[in-house]
Amino acid sequence: MAEIAIREALRQALDEEMERDERVFIMGEEVGEYEGAYKVTRGLLDKYGVPRVMDTPIAELGFTGVGVGAALTGLRPVVEWMTFNFSLLAIDQVINNAAKMRHMSGGQLKCPIVFRGPNGPAEYLSSQHSQALQSFYAHIPGLKVVAFSNPYDAKGLLKSAIRDDNPVVVLESEMTYGLTGEVPEEEYLVPIGKARVMREGADATLISFSKPVHYCMRAAQELENEGVSVEVLDLRSLRPLDEVAMYASVRKTNRAVVVDEAWPVASVGSHVAWLISKNCFDDLDAPVELVSSEDVPMPYNHTMELAVQPSSDKIVAAVKRAAYMD
Amino acid sequence: MAKTAEKNELKGYSKEFLDHLMREMLIIRRFEEKAAQMYGLKKIGGFCHLYNGQEAVAVGSVAALDLSKDYVLTAYRDHGHAIACGMDPNSVMAELFGKETGCSRGKGGSMHMFDTEKHMLGGNGIVGAQIPVATGVAFAQMYRNDGGVTLCFFGDGAIHQGAFHESLNLASVWKLPVIYIVENNHFGMGTAVKRVSAVEDFDVKAAGYNMEGSVVNGMDVLEVYEALSKAAGAVREKRVPLLLDVKTYRYKGHSMSDPAKYRTKEELESYKQQDPILVLKSRMLDAGLLEDEEFQALDEEAKKIAQQAVDFAEESSEPPVSSMYEDVLA
Repeated sequence: MAEIAIREALRQALDEEMERDERVFIMGEEVGEYEGAYKVTRGLLDKYGVPRVMDTPIAELGFTGVGVGAALTGLRPVVEWMTFNFSLLAIDQVINNAAKMRHMSGGQLKCPIVFRGPNGPAEYLSSQHSQALQSFYAHIPGLKVVAFSNPYDAKGLLKSAIRDDNPVVVLESEMTYGLTGEVPEEEYLVPIGKARVMREGADATLISFSKPVHYCMRAAQELENEGVSVEVLDLRSLRPLDEVAMYASVRKTNRAVVVDEAWPVASVGSHVAWLISKNCFDDLDAPVELVSSEDVPMPYNHTMELAVQPSSDKIVAAVKRAAYMD
Repeated sequence: MAKTAEKNELKGYSKEFLDHLMREMLIIRRFEEKAAQMYGLKKIGGFCHLYNGQEAVAVGSVAALDLSKDYVLTAYRDHGHAIACGMDPNSVMAELFGKETGCSRGKGGSMHMFDTEKHMLGGNGIVGAQIPVATGVAFAQMYRNDGGVTLCFFGDGAIHQGAFHESLNLASVWKLPVIYIVENNHFGMGTAVKRVSAVEDFDVKAAGYNMEGSVVNGMDVLEVYEALSKAAGAVREKRVPLLLDVKTYRYKGHSMSDPAKYRTKEELESYKQQDPILVLKSRMLDAGLLEDEEFQALDEEAKKIAQQAVDFAEESSEPPVSSMYEDVLA
């Protein structure tokens, strides 16, 4: 198996799907000649040309809506947002059109479109460019939302998203585009809606997605050194959630810590914590813990911005609270 | 663009075609009157935006299209466009009643009439939100090079949204086959266009996108038809977008809850003097292409169709509550 970076895994997914289906096209700011702000679309304009790769003006609402219209009439657009922070300019098209067209047309229309780009905190960017906005999208019926932590899942999930007949929001992470991992040479898909056990354990379950999965893995290693066996579950899909996998793990370990780098109020993490509290009540030996972002806008100062986010230290502390080890 | 069709110019049109325009406008007028009546009886709820007075715009425009490859998208005042696109008035009225037989299975209501077979893609309740979507439909037509044209209707209220600006720029840069139609009824809800717009004629905005723009008299169905025929021809041939400011007037309030106190009776009356149905009728009478009795018969037929739509909606079943879980995902 080849060892490749997440950015290359995503590029391969786009390339393979564009090769396979000529209805698939890419649209966004700097995706063509510039080859992507994060180089995910490198080489694709050269290979496929216009109109399969479309550079847009800086007009997120406009080109996102163009994607929706194209999807309603038979194409399969992949819309890149340079970051999810800018998706806020386009969110009307996602919530009011992409997610609603099928239902409000009584099932006549379908909207096979992918919205993708980096989401979540990066570094030294202050509050407008370092936000984890998954809760906004995961809240909406009519959308699917996926997030990955490694190259294998990145490629397999993006390919599934492009083939899905529904609008799929793909959450990437600026800080992990260069993260490497093994990806098979042969074609594969990762199904949407299935979580993945990243590490088995017996004493507590860490449930997370996207970049914080790595903090969870580090915390689990530290805890193992202290004799605590921790299972790590990467949700991979935020809508739909793999509740079966969540409950199976918690029923085995009897303790749950949810880790979500978004703000704590009305978040994916708080929802998952509630589901476990309600559905695994009899199995729990301790209240469900939530490790989230601090409830503040992101500061520029590096020490402060790190303190705002979940960390392996915070996760270790939360597991110890759940295990009554403090 | 097209000059007003004078009485003696009617000879260029077949009686069959003129009858078709008349029939469509009458059906929409009588349908909307029934809808208002049913709203009063609480058979229809929520927001209900009527099209009375604006019939010539949808009817004249759609008559210039080939809906086997062209598409129509509009805003929430969409009953007229739905009927003009050939949707069954029964399914439109049933949708207003929220019934299972409605075109959107009772999940869309007044603002969301859809018929994918007729290429009518809604029916959008967010002011201006259909403009980028229509631009995307035209993008797909460009992508497939299928010769189709997309008609994007929106009101004078929507023209101030960023979606308008972003879309027209994209359509021009990418040479998309789309005709943007400002259905300018002079009021964005209760606000006169003059109070909120730097310009009164929106054709001038086209220049900012290196597009052609024109003003069209939307009270004259033949002028609308001629303008749209010319526009659709140009768009098909040159593969470039166009902007039309079609001046029209709505007789009713913005929606059912609006008594329209922001305008004078005299203004309303002056537009009723230019009523698109009466204008076409008097031209056809003068040209000897219509008899009074014939007009009465067409009108009776339109009333019957509207009444049948109400009967159909009344007799249709409520959708099963469990159907709310259907059509969320494909």
